[in-house]
Amino acid sequence: MISNLLISFELNGKEIHIEAQPDRRVIDLLREDLGLTGPKESCGRGDCGSCSILVDGFVRLSCLMLAVQLNGRKIVTIEGLYGPKGLLHPVQDLFVELGALQCGFCTPGMIMTIIDLLNSNPRPSRDEIREAISGNICRCGAYQKILDAVETISERVSQR
Amino acid sequence: MSKVFMPAQPDELWGILDENPEAVVYAGGTDLLVRLRSRFTKPDCLVCLERLDDLKGVKADDDDIFIGALTTHREMLNDPIIQKDLHILTHALKQLGSPPIRNMGTLGGNIVTASPAGDTLAPLYILNAQLEIGSRNSTRRAPIESFILGPGKVDLAHGEILSRVVVRKVPKFEVHHYEKVGKRNALACSVVSMATLMNVSSNNLISNIRLAWGSVGPTVLRFGDIEHFLVGKPLTVEGLSEAINMIQELVKPIDDIRATACYRREVAGRLLLRLLKYSV
Repeated sequence: MISNLLISFELNGKEIHIEAQPDRRVIDLLREDLGLTGPKESCGRGDCGSCSILVDGFVRLSCLMLAVQLNGRKIVTIEGLYGPKGLLHPVQDLFVELGALQCGFCTPGMIMTIIDLLNSNPRPSRDEIREAISGNICRCGAYQKILDAVETISERVSQR
Repeated sequence: MSKVFMPAQPDELWGILDENPEAVVYAGGTDLLVRLRSRFTKPDCLVCLERLDDLKGVKADDDDIFIGALTTHREMLNDPIIQKDLHILTHALKQLGSPPIRNMGTLGGNIVTASPAGDTLAPLYILNAQLEIGSRNSTRRAPIESFILGPGKVDLAHGEILSRVVVRKVPKFEVHHYEKVGKRNALACSVVSMATLMNVSSNNLISNIRLAWGSVGPTVLRFGDIEHFLVGKPLTVEGLSEAINMIQELVKPIDDIRATACYRREVAGRLLLRLLKYSV
């Protein structure tokens, strides 16, 4: 007999207690059980980055994690980036301002990866940005605009 | 699948492994979850090692560097001990997977997965890495080349786990070179890779060299004969040409989806020419 596991973690600042089957993946738990459709499943095998989320501040692929691995962790998805008054995160603002997307399917994963990058390296070079997003595939090919957006963020950070 | 365990203490792990003889163990999950999804494996019971904090981190004493098997690739890249003494490993880690994969995947996982294309393996072979394998009542040590038996096959019994990787600090090498030939730069499985540790004398002779190749045989390959042959040779095209032929004879590549055996054999030899940039 398969018994469900009780999983407790922090999701976008809220405590979550939820039951899941042992083989439930994080991407399925987030999208289907918790209704957060920001993280997308494209390849389901770690090649594309569209399911990227932050786990204890570091970007990870939610298609390659079992739900039970969330126990005790702090999770942030694209839905958790809003400020208290519903303001967009500065990275989201610049994506809008500079048009760093076409279809938008890679955008939630891309932005989570960029936030991890900027946390560890607030002023990345263009090459460092390229390297950081090398696991996030954009099939529209908006890479140059994405690089422009991240570069602009780091310039604004350094002007402050 | 009916059970998943996440032990936080070794004693808890040994108990779980005793009670579940069919359990499949994983660390970062970047290989296992792909295989689960494609239904190559259908285990009933999984054991995730990620909460075993005793097996994480890098330490050193006067003679050796110790890397916990559950240290992630990102943690190794950011580690001052590895940055100072094991450049060969950082060169390889920078080309492994992608940033999110490096946040999840571990050194122990890369070894136990035992892919001939595993990026950390060729560096570990030429560092003469020793592996510590733990079980409930004992710890044993094995050199990496005797631990890895073939693609996906390692000398690990049920009830044992790879716990630490041990690398000697001496001898020192000036040149740490790792090169991977793949279809693209990120997220690529290597077509051929070559890791090199080398010292070159002031008159441009090779004074000491270790070489290993990935993706051109069932395991990483290292040839003592070639290393021996190259000592004393000038680091020039002429000096390397005979060794290139020897390498092309000795490697055992296969045709697969990424490249032909013929192409791999050619490239495996010619990667040696990249070392010319270190000539003095």
